[in-house]
Amino acid sequence: MEEKSSKTTEVILQGNEACAMGAIYAGCRFFAGYPITPSTEIIEMMSSEMQKCGGAFIQMEDEIGSACAIIGARWGGKKAMTATSGPGYTLMQEAIGFAAVTETPIVIVNVQRGGPSTGQPTLSSQQDVYQARYGSHGDYEIIVLSPSSVQEMYDFTIKAFELAEQFRTPVILLADEVVGHMREKIEIRDGSKQIKSVKQKYVVSPQEDFFKGANTLVEGQLHDDKGRRIGHLAGRSGDFINNINKKISDNVDVIADIDTYFMEDAEVAIVAYGSVVRPAINAVKKARKVEDDRVTTKFKILKDIFVKGIPETFETDYSHLKVGLVKVNTVWPCPEELLKEATKDAKIVIVPEMNVGKYVHEVERVLKDKKVIAMSKCGGDIHTPTEILDEILKEAGIDE
Amino acid sequence: MAVITVDKVHCKGCGICYTACPKKIFVKSRKRNNYGSSMPDTKNPENCVVCRMCERLCPDGAINVEGE
Amino acid sequence: MNKLYEKYIKTDSLPTLFCPGCGNGIIQVAAMNAMEDLGIKDEVACVSGIGCSSWIPCYYKLDVMHTMHGRALAFAEGLKLAQPDKKILVFTGDGDCLAIGGNHLMHAAARNIDLTVVMVNNYIYGMTGGQKSPATPKGSVTKTSPFGSIDEPIDGCKLVSALGASYVARWTTAHPVQLAKAIAEGMEHKGFSFIEVLSQCPVQAGKSVFGEKDPAAIMKRYKEGTYLYKEGGEPVEGKIPIGVFKHDTNAEEYIERVERRLRDQGIERG
Repeated sequence: MEEKSSKTTEVILQGNEACAMGAIYAGCRFFAGYPITPSTEIIEMMSSEMQKCGGAFIQMEDEIGSACAIIGARWGGKKAMTATSGPGYTLMQEAIGFAAVTETPIVIVNVQRGGPSTGQPTLSSQQDVYQARYGSHGDYEIIVLSPSSVQEMYDFTIKAFELAEQFRTPVILLADEVVGHMREKIEIRDGSKQIKSVKQKYVVSPQEDFFKGANTLVEGQLHDDKGRRIGHLAGRSGDFINNINKKISDNVDVIADIDTYFMEDAEVAIVAYGSVVRPAINAVKKARKVEDDRVTTKFKILKDIFVKGIPETFETDYSHLKVGLVKVNTVWPCPEELLKEATKDAKIVIVPEMNVGKYVHEVERVLKDKKVIAMSKCGGDIHTPTEILDEILKEAGIDE
Repeated sequence: MAVITVDKVHCKGCGICYTACPKKIFVKSRKRNNYGSSMPDTKNPENCVVCRMCERLCPDGAINVEGE
Repeated sequence: MNKLYEKYIKTDSLPTLFCPGCGNGIIQVAAMNAMEDLGIKDEVACVSGIGCSSWIPCYYKLDVMHTMHGRALAFAEGLKLAQPDKKILVFTGDGDCLAIGGNHLMHAAARNIDLTVVMVNNYIYGMTGGQKSPATPKGSVTKTSPFGSIDEPIDGCKLVSALGASYVARWTTAHPVQLAKAIAEGMEHKGFSFIEVLSQCPVQAGKSVFGEKDPAAIMKRYKEGTYLYKEGGEPVEGKIPIGVFKHDTNAEEYIERVERRLRDQGIERG
């Protein structure tokens, strides 16, 4: 996905910090934000780092102001980002629609917490997966990346800036509290990446930055290539809407990205995104009896302390059980073809999510011929590997 | 002498110029602008003192005054 | 056609969508005069929100951002921080600026960030068809105050003065020369400049606020119903003060303040 720069450094970082570092590496030189749990570490880190690297930082009066300010800064020629979660992300929706219609490349980080409303400020969720796609009013398509590790918080932030410039669209980094607050050893790259802002032919809006003598008109009403309003003309407005949607939906093969684990012969597939990928990988490895001392030790402790009855699960040999995992990196646009290809041998698809079961509907739509099972978990706790493994065993018809 | 022109393409016929001019050079007329509303005619333009108040107060930039 | 139009207006986008006699056109010309006097056309970008007055810059041959309702100042702050050497001229209306954008106005004024805001006050929501705005005088019968407006109108100039804006002025469309001068002064001034322009909406405010639909007659009222503000002078009963209320050249501007902090702490910018 990313060409590695010549030099990297190993550091232990929190997910939110890694996101900030990734943005700075990607050339982000403007950050506007408003503190909100659990994304606050990003604005905290940016408040010092942005000034040091020659960029600009401002703590705005609210989240909608932050989203607007980064759009303003992007037209001023600075790559720009904001970060928020839950209620703040809801406030930003109008500006996301504005960025979509004016085709402004910006990056918005949503470190998800539990909702609705104030909800669960300190606990994790994946409840915003549809809001990330359809949060603002009107027809638009958007790119949403979902990191499942601290390394991916770093890498996907960089990728978000690349995709934003490439498709002239707002890109959402849909993280959650678990990856946001987790600390891991990651590799960060030295120096800074030059993401070129080249003129894209499939973009219909004016693209020239301000103060380049182009007399750019950035217009929130539907507009032509000069920015002049066409919102009152039905035919041309239809073309415009189709165009801004198609630039994403016709390029899914370029944008979409998944990773697969043990899917070569898998009959049971788990489709997961975000932090839930972590227990899902564990469950798959367990089922496949892949040697992983770290995991095994952890389970032994769990077994000794808490679990009664389940331990047999781990001592039984399920190596005949063909389980695999599909990790969805680009949640939106949905990587339809990649999902179909990866799960072609699977009969059962399990979709664990930290919400009432949302993305599972998309998976159901794509994998019509398979038995798709929602494994929803609400309340703020992430699935445990045991829970996912139990679900696998249940669906595989293995009676305990 | 100042040359005052009122552009019938841009004039919307609001009538601000009738009172804007301190010399009352703009007068109501039977002329029609492109919108079909009545537009001003100029009377005694030789009285113009080139204060350019009409240029500044015409909301549609329809008036031009040439002269020193 | 006005000579300045060739240089400043995208004539292929004309006519403007303003009603005949709307004050927005006068303000459009005044801002053009201000830019022409300063000779800084290439240094200026415009930002506006939503409403009739926010269409003013859309016809300019400049870089223009026509943004969301109430949020023009937030966009402008981002643009200013990205391009600190440039002049940002913000056009907004009384509803856009004082109602939905009130929070952004307060904070931008308190930051004293170097923006020039032209708030066109026509006392009404014109584009949606004549509803009460935060500036609508008490007792006015509008589409949403059928029994007369009961809310105390908000004085934008007093608000931003109290919060820390360093240039505050009010003029009317009947004072185009002074208005152009104020906009020029505002753009030259380093800090938050707020220029309120009392403007005529002959269609909507004409019906519900003035009871008078002739634009020239409303402008005459502005001439007669205002008095020139002088510091320490006695207010005139029943009249609106106009003029420059505040011009504080010593107030430290937001970006300057940031830069000074960094310098003082010996932080090198990369």
